[in-house]
Amino acid sequence: MLGALTLLLVFQLVGEVTARAFALPIPGPVIGMALLFLTLVVRGGAGDDLRQTAGTLLQHLSLLFVPAGTGIVLYGSRIADEWLPLGVALVGSTALAIAVTALVLNALTRRRAAAGIDEERRS
Amino acid sequence: MSPRLDEIWVYLSTTPLLGLTLTLLAYQAAFWVYKRCGFHPLANPVLISVALLASILLVTGTPYQTYFDGAQFVHFLLGPATVALAIPLYAQLPRLKAMALPLGIALVIGSLTAALSAYGLGALLGASRESLMSLAPKSVTTPIAMGIAERLGGLPSLTAVLVISTGILGAVGARYIYRLLRIEDHAVRGFAIGIASHGIGTARAFQVSEQTGAFAALAMGLNGLATALSLPWILPWIEGLLGR
Repeated sequence: MLGALTLLLVFQLVGEVTARAFALPIPGPVIGMALLFLTLVVRGGAGDDLRQTAGTLLQHLSLLFVPAGTGIVLYGSRIADEWLPLGVALVGSTALAIAVTALVLNALTRRRAAAGIDEERRS
Repeated sequence: MSPRLDEIWVYLSTTPLLGLTLTLLAYQAAFWVYKRCGFHPLANPVLISVALLASILLVTGTPYQTYFDGAQFVHFLLGPATVALAIPLYAQLPRLKAMALPLGIALVIGSLTAALSAYGLGALLGASRESLMSLAPKSVTTPIAMGIAERLGGLPSLTAVLVISTGILGAVGARYIYRLLRIEDHAVRGFAIGIASHGIGTARAFQVSEQTGAFAALAMGLNGLATALSLPWILPWIEGLLGR
Protein backbone atom coordinates (compact mmCIF):
# COMPACT_ATOMS: atom_id res chain seq x y z
CA MET A 1 0.00 0.00 0.00
CA LEU A 2 2.83 2.37 0.88
CA GLY A 3 4.50 1.79 -2.48
CA ALA A 4 1.26 2.48 -4.35
CA LEU A 5 0.52 5.62 -2.33
CA THR A 6 4.04 6.89 -3.01
CA LEU A 7 3.55 6.24 -6.73
CA LEU A 8 0.25 8.20 -6.75
CA LEU A 9 1.90 11.13 -4.97
CA VAL A 10 4.89 11.06 -7.36
CA PHE A 11 2.50 11.26 -10.35
CA GLN A 12 0.62 14.11 -8.68
CA LEU A 13 3.90 15.93 -8.04
CA VAL A 14 5.05 15.48 -11.63
CA GLY A 15 1.62 16.75 -12.75
CA GLU A 16 1.83 19.84 -10.52
CA VAL A 17 5.35 20.64 -11.69
CA THR A 18 4.36 20.19 -15.36
CA ALA A 19 1.32 22.46 -14.95
CA ARG A 20 3.43 25.19 -13.37
CA ALA A 21 6.42 24.83 -15.67
CA PHE A 22 4.27 25.25 -18.80
CA ALA A 23 1.66 27.57 -17.19
CA LEU A 24 -1.10 25.12 -18.18
CA PRO A 25 -4.68 25.93 -17.04
CA ILE A 26 -5.11 22.22 -16.15
CA PRO A 27 -4.63 21.19 -12.48
CA GLY A 28 -1.67 18.99 -11.61
CA PRO A 29 -3.63 15.91 -10.42
CA VAL A 30 -5.48 15.73 -13.78
CA ILE A 31 -2.13 15.79 -15.63
CA GLY A 32 -0.90 13.15 -13.15
CA MET A 33 -3.94 11.00 -13.94
CA ALA A 34 -3.27 11.30 -17.70
CA LEU A 35 0.41 10.41 -17.22
CA LEU A 36 -0.41 7.39 -15.03
CA PHE A 37 -2.98 6.25 -17.61
CA LEU A 38 -0.35 6.45 -20.37
CA THR A 39 2.13 4.58 -18.15
CA LEU A 40 -0.43 1.80 -17.63
CA VAL A 41 -1.04 1.58 -21.38
CA VAL A 42 2.71 1.29 -22.04
CA ARG A 43 3.31 -1.18 -19.20
CA GLY A 44 0.19 -3.17 -19.99
CA GLY A 45 -1.58 -2.92 -16.62
CA ALA A 46 -1.42 -2.07 -12.93
CA GLY A 47 -0.01 -4.35 -10.23
CA ASP A 48 -2.20 -5.79 -7.44
CA ASP A 49 -0.84 -3.31 -4.89
CA LEU A 50 -1.72 -0.29 -7.01
CA ARG A 51 -5.16 -1.69 -7.91
CA GLN A 52 -6.02 -2.36 -4.25
CA THR A 53 -4.82 1.02 -2.99
CA ALA A 54 -6.67 2.89 -5.76
CA GLY A 55 -9.78 0.81 -5.01
CA THR A 56 -9.68 1.73 -1.32
CA LEU A 57 -9.16 5.42 -2.06
CA LEU A 58 -11.95 5.59 -4.67
CA GLN A 59 -14.39 3.64 -2.52
CA HIS A 60 -14.38 6.58 -0.09
CA LEU A 61 -14.22 9.32 -2.72
CA SER A 62 -17.38 10.97 -1.28
CA LEU A 63 -15.64 11.67 2.04
CA LEU A 64 -12.98 13.78 0.31
CA PHE A 65 -15.55 16.41 -0.80
CA VAL A 66 -16.93 17.02 2.69
CA PRO A 67 -14.39 19.65 3.92
CA ALA A 68 -14.83 21.88 0.84
CA GLY A 69 -18.63 21.43 0.90
CA THR A 70 -18.78 22.61 4.51
CA GLY A 71 -17.45 25.94 3.15
CA ILE A 72 -21.12 26.70 2.47
CA VAL A 73 -21.18 28.34 5.93
CA LEU A 74 -19.09 31.20 4.47
CA TYR A 75 -21.75 32.19 1.93
CA GLY A 76 -24.94 32.39 3.97
CA SER A 77 -25.82 35.98 2.99
CA ARG A 78 -24.95 35.70 -0.71
CA ILE A 79 -27.01 32.52 -0.97
CA ALA A 80 -29.90 34.21 0.87
CA ASP A 81 -29.75 37.12 -1.63
CA GLU A 82 -29.35 35.06 -4.81
CA TRP A 83 -30.96 31.75 -3.92
CA LEU A 84 -33.38 31.80 -6.85
CA PRO A 85 -30.96 32.33 -9.77
CA LEU A 86 -28.31 30.11 -8.16
CA GLY A 87 -30.78 27.34 -7.34
CA VAL A 88 -32.51 27.33 -10.74
CA ALA A 89 -29.16 27.50 -12.56
CA LEU A 90 -27.75 24.59 -10.55
CA VAL A 91 -30.79 22.31 -10.80
CA GLY A 92 -31.69 23.22 -14.39
CA SER A 93 -28.23 23.00 -15.88
CA THR A 94 -27.28 19.80 -14.03
CA ALA A 95 -30.43 18.07 -15.29
CA LEU A 96 -29.88 19.44 -18.81
CA ALA A 97 -26.22 18.38 -18.90
CA ILE A 98 -27.07 14.83 -17.79
CA ALA A 99 -30.00 14.50 -20.21
CA VAL A 100 -28.26 16.02 -23.25
CA THR A 101 -25.02 14.06 -22.77
CA ALA A 102 -26.87 10.77 -22.20
CA LEU A 103 -29.20 11.27 -25.20
CA VAL A 104 -26.35 12.23 -27.56
CA LEU A 105 -24.14 9.33 -26.49
CA ASN A 106 -27.05 6.89 -26.50
CA ALA A 107 -28.08 7.91 -30.04
CA LEU A 108 -24.49 7.69 -31.33
CA THR A 109 -23.69 4.32 -29.75
CA ARG A 110 -27.05 2.79 -30.66
CA ARG A 111 -26.67 3.76 -34.30
CA ARG A 112 -23.19 2.28 -34.21
CA ALA A 113 -24.45 -0.92 -32.57
CA ALA A 114 -27.20 -1.18 -35.21
CA ALA A 115 -24.62 -0.66 -37.98
CA GLY A 116 -22.51 -3.41 -36.43
CA ILE A 117 -25.47 -5.81 -36.48
CA ASP A 118 -26.16 -4.95 -40.15
CA GLU A 119 -22.56 -5.70 -41.05
CA GLU A 120 -22.74 -9.00 -39.25
CA ARG A 121 -25.90 -9.94 -41.15
CA ARG A 122 -24.37 -8.98 -44.48
CA SER A 123 -21.21 -10.98 -43.90
CA MET B 1 -17.83 26.76 31.11
CA SER B 2 -15.61 25.85 34.05
CA PRO B 3 -11.99 26.92 33.65
CA ARG B 4 -11.03 23.29 33.00
CA LEU B 5 -13.46 22.86 30.08
CA ASP B 6 -12.40 26.24 28.80
CA GLU B 7 -8.79 25.09 28.74
CA ILE B 8 -9.70 21.92 26.91
CA TRP B 9 -11.65 23.90 24.31
CA VAL B 10 -8.74 26.29 23.78
CA TYR B 11 -6.48 23.29 23.25
CA LEU B 12 -8.85 21.53 20.85
CA SER B 13 -9.51 24.64 18.76
CA THR B 14 -5.78 25.06 18.11
CA THR B 15 -5.01 21.51 16.89
CA PRO B 16 -6.16 19.89 13.65
CA LEU B 17 -7.40 16.88 15.65
CA LEU B 18 -10.94 18.13 16.26
CA GLY B 19 -11.71 19.20 12.68
CA LEU B 20 -10.32 15.96 11.29
CA THR B 21 -12.12 13.72 13.77
CA LEU B 22 -15.43 15.59 13.33
CA THR B 23 -15.20 15.18 9.54
CA LEU B 24 -14.69 11.42 9.83
CA LEU B 25 -17.38 11.04 12.51
CA ALA B 26 -19.91 13.04 10.46
CA TYR B 27 -19.10 10.95 7.38
CA GLN B 28 -19.42 7.66 9.32
CA ALA B 29 -22.80 8.78 10.65
CA ALA B 30 -23.92 9.91 7.18
CA PHE B 31 -22.76 6.66 5.59
CA TRP B 32 -24.64 4.68 8.25
CA VAL B 33 -27.83 6.58 7.35
CA TYR B 34 -27.13 6.08 3.61
CA LYS B 35 -26.73 2.32 4.16
CA ARG B 36 -29.88 2.12 6.31
CA CYS B 37 -31.78 3.84 3.47
CA GLY B 38 -30.65 1.10 1.07
CA PHE B 39 -28.20 3.50 -0.71
CA HIS B 40 -31.06 5.73 -1.81
CA PRO B 41 -29.63 8.71 -3.77
CA LEU B 42 -31.59 11.20 -1.62
CA ALA B 43 -29.62 10.03 1.45
CA ASN B 44 -26.38 11.12 -0.25
CA PRO B 45 -23.55 10.89 2.32
CA VAL B 46 -21.86 14.14 1.20
CA LEU B 47 -25.13 16.03 1.63
CA ILE B 48 -25.75 14.61 5.12
CA SER B 49 -22.13 15.12 6.27
CA VAL B 50 -22.05 18.73 5.07
CA ALA B 51 -25.41 19.46 6.74
CA LEU B 52 -24.17 17.95 10.02
CA LEU B 53 -20.83 19.77 10.00
CA ALA B 54 -22.29 23.13 8.91
CA SER B 55 -24.85 22.90 11.75
CA ILE B 56 -22.11 22.13 14.28
CA LEU B 57 -19.98 25.09 13.08
CA LEU B 58 -22.96 27.47 13.15
CA VAL B 59 -24.25 26.32 16.55
CA THR B 60 -20.82 26.42 18.26
CA GLY B 61 -19.78 29.62 16.45
CA THR B 62 -16.61 27.94 15.17
CA PRO B 63 -15.01 29.76 12.20
CA TYR B 64 -14.76 27.68 9.01
CA GLN B 65 -11.00 28.28 8.84
CA THR B 66 -10.52 26.66 12.28
CA TYR B 67 -12.45 23.61 11.12
CA PHE B 68 -10.62 23.46 7.78
CA ASP B 69 -7.20 23.52 9.48
CA GLY B 70 -8.01 19.98 10.57
CA ALA B 71 -10.19 18.88 7.66
CA GLN B 72 -7.52 19.84 5.11
CA PHE B 73 -5.88 16.45 5.64
CA VAL B 74 -8.94 14.80 4.13
CA HIS B 75 -9.21 17.54 1.48
CA PHE B 76 -5.58 16.89 0.47
CA LEU B 77 -6.38 13.29 -0.52
CA LEU B 78 -8.45 14.62 -3.47
CA GLY B 79 -5.16 14.94 -5.37
CA PRO B 80 -3.92 11.33 -5.13
CA ALA B 81 -7.54 10.12 -5.57
CA THR B 82 -7.74 12.04 -8.86
CA VAL B 83 -4.49 10.40 -10.01
CA ALA B 84 -5.84 6.99 -8.92
CA LEU B 85 -8.77 7.36 -11.36
CA ALA B 86 -6.31 6.27 -14.07
CA ILE B 87 -6.62 2.68 -12.83
CA PRO B 88 -10.36 2.02 -13.37
CA LEU B 89 -10.03 4.03 -16.56
CA TYR B 90 -7.36 1.67 -17.85
CA ALA B 91 -9.62 -1.30 -17.09
CA GLN B 92 -12.14 0.14 -19.61
CA LEU B 93 -9.55 0.67 -22.35
CA PRO B 94 -11.06 -1.75 -24.92
CA ARG B 95 -14.49 -0.11 -24.69
CA LEU B 96 -12.97 3.36 -24.71
CA LYS B 97 -11.18 2.65 -27.97
CA ALA B 98 -14.33 1.27 -29.56
CA MET B 99 -16.37 4.32 -28.49
CA ALA B 100 -13.78 7.08 -28.98
CA LEU B 101 -15.71 9.15 -31.55
CA PRO B 102 -19.16 9.08 -29.89
CA LEU B 103 -17.50 9.87 -26.53
CA GLY B 104 -15.65 12.84 -28.07
CA ILE B 105 -18.85 14.29 -29.57
CA ALA B 106 -20.85 13.74 -26.36
CA LEU B 107 -18.02 15.40 -24.40
CA VAL B 108 -18.06 18.61 -26.44
CA ILE B 109 -21.87 18.92 -26.44
CA GLY B 110 -22.25 17.94 -22.78
CA SER B 111 -19.45 20.19 -21.55
CA LEU B 112 -20.86 23.27 -23.34
CA THR B 113 -24.42 22.47 -22.18
CA ALA B 114 -23.30 22.25 -18.55
CA ALA B 115 -21.41 25.57 -18.50
CA LEU B 116 -23.56 27.69 -20.81
CA SER B 117 -26.94 26.63 -19.42
CA ALA B 118 -25.74 27.46 -15.89
CA TYR B 119 -24.52 30.87 -17.06
CA GLY B 120 -27.67 31.49 -19.11
CA LEU B 121 -30.19 30.51 -16.43
CA GLY B 122 -28.29 32.48 -13.79
CA ALA B 123 -28.06 35.58 -16.01
CA LEU B 124 -31.75 35.33 -16.97
CA LEU B 125 -32.78 35.34 -13.30
CA GLY B 126 -30.46 38.20 -12.38
CA ALA B 127 -27.48 36.66 -10.59
CA SER B 128 -24.54 39.02 -9.98
CA ARG B 129 -21.54 38.82 -12.31
CA GLU B 130 -19.31 37.41 -9.55
CA SER B 131 -21.85 34.65 -8.94
CA LEU B 132 -22.19 33.91 -12.68
CA MET B 133 -18.44 33.53 -13.10
CA SER B 134 -18.35 31.26 -10.04
CA LEU B 135 -21.30 29.28 -11.45
CA ALA B 136 -20.07 28.64 -15.01
CA PRO B 137 -17.42 25.96 -14.19
CA LYS B 138 -19.69 24.21 -11.64
CA SER B 139 -19.78 20.83 -13.46
CA VAL B 140 -16.02 20.42 -13.28
CA THR B 141 -14.11 18.77 -10.43
CA THR B 142 -13.39 21.19 -7.53
CA PRO B 143 -9.67 22.00 -8.05
CA ILE B 144 -10.12 22.68 -11.80
CA ALA B 145 -13.32 24.69 -11.28
CA MET B 146 -11.68 26.93 -8.68
CA GLY B 147 -8.84 27.70 -11.09
CA ILE B 148 -11.26 28.55 -13.92
CA ALA B 149 -13.43 30.76 -11.68
CA GLU B 150 -10.37 32.72 -10.61
CA ARG B 151 -9.43 33.34 -14.22
CA LEU B 152 -12.96 34.50 -15.06
CA GLY B 153 -13.22 36.85 -12.08
CA GLY B 154 -15.46 34.71 -9.88
CA LEU B 155 -14.96 33.69 -6.25
CA PRO B 156 -13.04 30.38 -6.06
CA SER B 157 -14.39 29.37 -2.65
CA LEU B 158 -18.00 30.07 -3.73
CA THR B 159 -17.26 27.92 -6.78
CA ALA B 160 -16.22 25.06 -4.47
CA VAL B 161 -19.63 25.19 -2.79
CA LEU B 162 -21.50 25.39 -6.13
CA VAL B 163 -19.43 22.52 -7.55
CA ILE B 164 -20.26 20.33 -4.59
CA SER B 165 -23.96 21.25 -4.74
CA THR B 166 -23.92 20.31 -8.44
CA GLY B 167 -22.28 16.99 -7.62
CA ILE B 168 -24.89 16.20 -5.01
CA LEU B 169 -27.75 17.24 -7.34
CA GLY B 170 -26.41 14.98 -10.10
CA ALA B 171 -25.83 12.05 -7.75
CA VAL B 172 -29.35 12.44 -6.35
CA GLY B 173 -31.22 13.15 -9.60
CA ALA B 174 -29.48 11.19 -12.38
CA ARG B 175 -31.35 7.97 -11.70
CA TYR B 176 -34.74 9.68 -12.28
CA ILE B 177 -33.56 11.32 -15.50
CA TYR B 178 -32.28 7.98 -16.84
CA ARG B 179 -35.55 6.29 -15.96
CA LEU B 180 -37.53 9.05 -17.69
CA LEU B 181 -35.36 8.95 -20.84
CA ARG B 182 -35.01 5.13 -20.77
CA ILE B 183 -31.20 5.17 -20.69
CA GLU B 184 -30.05 1.67 -19.70
CA ASP B 185 -26.42 1.39 -20.85
CA HIS B 186 -24.04 1.61 -17.87
CA ALA B 187 -21.34 3.26 -19.98
CA VAL B 188 -23.76 6.00 -21.15
CA ARG B 189 -25.10 6.52 -17.62
CA GLY B 190 -21.61 6.81 -16.19
CA PHE B 191 -20.36 9.18 -18.88
CA ALA B 192 -23.32 11.56 -18.53
CA ILE B 193 -23.12 11.75 -14.73
CA GLY B 194 -19.34 12.29 -14.93
CA ILE B 195 -19.80 15.20 -17.37
CA ALA B 196 -22.54 16.86 -15.30
CA SER B 197 -21.44 16.17 -11.74
CA HIS B 198 -17.71 15.32 -11.62
CA GLY B 199 -16.28 13.47 -8.59
CA ILE B 200 -19.44 13.22 -6.47
CA GLY B 201 -21.33 11.82 -9.46
CA THR B 202 -18.37 9.50 -10.04
CA ALA B 203 -18.41 8.36 -6.41
CA ARG B 204 -22.10 7.54 -6.81
CA ALA B 205 -21.42 5.81 -10.15
CA PHE B 206 -18.79 3.53 -8.57
CA GLN B 207 -21.48 2.37 -6.13
CA VAL B 208 -23.67 1.33 -9.08
CA SER B 209 -21.03 -0.63 -11.01
CA GLU B 210 -17.33 -0.67 -11.87
CA GLN B 211 -18.12 0.15 -15.50
CA THR B 212 -20.41 3.08 -14.64
CA GLY B 213 -17.68 4.42 -12.34
CA ALA B 214 -14.92 4.10 -14.91
CA PHE B 215 -16.91 5.96 -17.58
CA ALA B 216 -17.84 8.62 -15.04
CA ALA B 217 -14.16 9.01 -14.12
CA LEU B 218 -13.26 9.31 -17.79
CA ALA B 219 -15.96 11.93 -18.40
CA MET B 220 -14.91 13.89 -15.33
CA GLY B 221 -11.26 14.01 -16.45
CA LEU B 222 -12.12 14.93 -20.05
CA ASN B 223 -14.65 17.57 -18.99
CA GLY B 224 -12.06 19.10 -16.67
CA LEU B 225 -9.65 19.43 -19.59
CA ALA B 226 -12.30 20.61 -22.07
CA THR B 227 -13.78 23.25 -19.74
CA ALA B 228 -10.38 24.53 -18.57
CA LEU B 229 -9.33 24.99 -22.20
CA SER B 230 -12.58 26.45 -23.61
CA LEU B 231 -14.43 28.48 -20.96
CA PRO B 232 -11.84 31.26 -20.44
CA TRP B 233 -12.23 31.99 -24.19
CA ILE B 234 -15.93 31.42 -24.73
CA LEU B 235 -17.41 33.22 -21.74
CA PRO B 236 -15.81 36.66 -22.31
CA TRP B 237 -16.94 36.36 -25.94
CA ILE B 238 -20.55 35.66 -24.89
CA GLU B 239 -20.43 38.52 -22.38
CA GLY B 240 -19.29 40.78 -25.23
CA LEU B 241 -22.21 39.65 -27.39
CA LEU B 242 -24.67 40.33 -24.57
CA GLY B 243 -23.10 43.75 -24.01
CA ARG B 244 -22.49 43.09 -20.31
